[in-house]
Amino acid sequence: MNVLLDHLADFREGFIGTVLLTFASGLLAMVLGVIIAGFRVSPVPPLRMFGTAWVTLFRNTPLTLLFLVAWFVVPVVFVPGLSPWMKALLALSFYTSAFVCEAIRSGINTVPLGQAEAARSLGMSFSQTLRLIVLPQATRTVIPPLSSIFIALTKNSAIAGAFSVTELFGVQKMLSDQGFTITWIFLWVALGYLVITFSISGLFRLLERRLGVAR
Amino acid sequence: MTSSVLYDAPGPKARLRNRLYTVLGSLALAALLAFVVYRLDAKNQLDPDVWNIFNNAGVRANIRDGVLTTLKVFAVAGVLSLVLGLLLAVARLSERRPVRWFATGFIELFRAVPLLITIYALWVLFLTYKNDLGAVGDNTAFWGLVIGLTVYNGSVQAEIFRAGINAVPKGQVEAAYALGLRKYQVMTTLLLPQAVRSMLPTMISQLVVTLKDTSLGYVITYTELLFATRTMANNIIVNGENPFTAVTIVVGAIYIAMCLALSSVATWIERRGRRSKTGVAVAAAAEPAEQPGVLDAADRIPEQADGDADRPVK
Repeated sequence: MNVLLDHLADFREGFIGTVLLTFASGLLAMVLGVIIAGFRVSPVPPLRMFGTAWVTLFRNTPLTLLFLVAWFVVPVVFVPGLSPWMKALLALSFYTSAFVCEAIRSGINTVPLGQAEAARSLGMSFSQTLRLIVLPQATRTVIPPLSSIFIALTKNSAIAGAFSVTELFGVQKMLSDQGFTITWIFLWVALGYLVITFSISGLFRLLERRLGVAR
Repeated sequence: MTSSVLYDAPGPKARLRNRLYTVLGSLALAALLAFVVYRLDAKNQLDPDVWNIFNNAGVRANIRDGVLTTLKVFAVAGVLSLVLGLLLAVARLSERRPVRWFATGFIELFRAVPLLITIYALWVLFLTYKNDLGAVGDNTAFWGLVIGLTVYNGSVQAEIFRAGINAVPKGQVEAAYALGLRKYQVMTTLLLPQAVRSMLPTMISQLVVTLKDTSLGYVITYTELLFATRTMANNIIVNGENPFTAVTIVVGAIYIAMCLALSSVATWIERRGRRSKTGVAVAAAAEPAEQPGVLDAADRIPEQADGDADRPVK
């Protein structure tokens, strides 16, 4: 029980580490995911192929392997001297971007074709159709899956702790190495994750209610 | 391409433009690929010597053993998680309140906690009580990994079962009770077969997650594919350095092949299920690798089925 009070600073640092890593890689994953989704729905075959390859590759690779790539391949072959935090950010956001891409693509696909046809028959240009008709509807469909993806990202960020990035799992590991009772550490760390995931789902639920649309 | 909501069937001008983009895109991708190959070559990762290690029988045996241990963990954890999922789903739908509460608490807790943390905690627990555990005590890392995978994926599978059971039209249950069937008869002859049938693609997709997550054994030093090959690469020196890149590329290809094989089974079953006509729709298999949200996966699975990208636009 006292393990929380005695190591409050460690727990706080771990909690903040998890939140920061999740937020930063979530942001980067969104940007990458939107670009790749754009590739996947574009009328240009090579870009579509690239998008498909990207999604297949990252969706079917274990995240642990991506972390190993970031730690042992990227520094040797591409950019030397990345900090562990940056490497974790890269691994997490590349992995998550594949899921974001799929969510956005299926969001675009759920907009009924008739909507775009009606928009065009009203004389709207491509950009108007996209901006005023398709994207607003797609965004709303995408909110629930995105919430799942970010919750999964929060949980996945635990792997970064195993690769010596400061976050909640790292705290668990450190304290159990010091010989504290694992059960209590587990419960406190679990509580930390619960707080983060509940906030994410709460936030997205709020968004869903605000933006919800009847179709 | 009239099937896309984003653009019309291209006219002559648009076709010309698309062709131009195709050429430019191909060039950009080829440049990217060339850059990767150039960097690999510049760092001596494409040397014949580096790739020659895979001609070594010992190296190949190591990789094969890694694949086998990974598959062993996957098989045990996969079966156990399905059994646990079934039990939890039935418990969660129980009429006895304590049973229902226990199942709900169990599912919510283990779904919300990162799997790595559960596995690590179990591993430390098993190590601590090594001497009191009998057979399990010799194999702490294996059981830590298997039980961790089981409780996490079992909780997710429970929600998948529950979503399937909830998808069976209520009239069927009412009819069954009206015919005088008992509760367990309704469950075993009516609800579960339909739930399993409609949810099979989603369940297999979750098994893909289980397969991928076996790689977390790396962290608790269990010698699955990733750990085995890393240790091996650590002991090999080619041209003065460890062949991490080559080994990683090969291992990555193996993982991708295994996961793709499994998810293509899911897609195949989904396609078969869609052909036959029954009251309960077959869920989509297209979301193989990401866990549903912590709070309400059961409510969401039908929605995901609607949003399935591979289906024609309505």
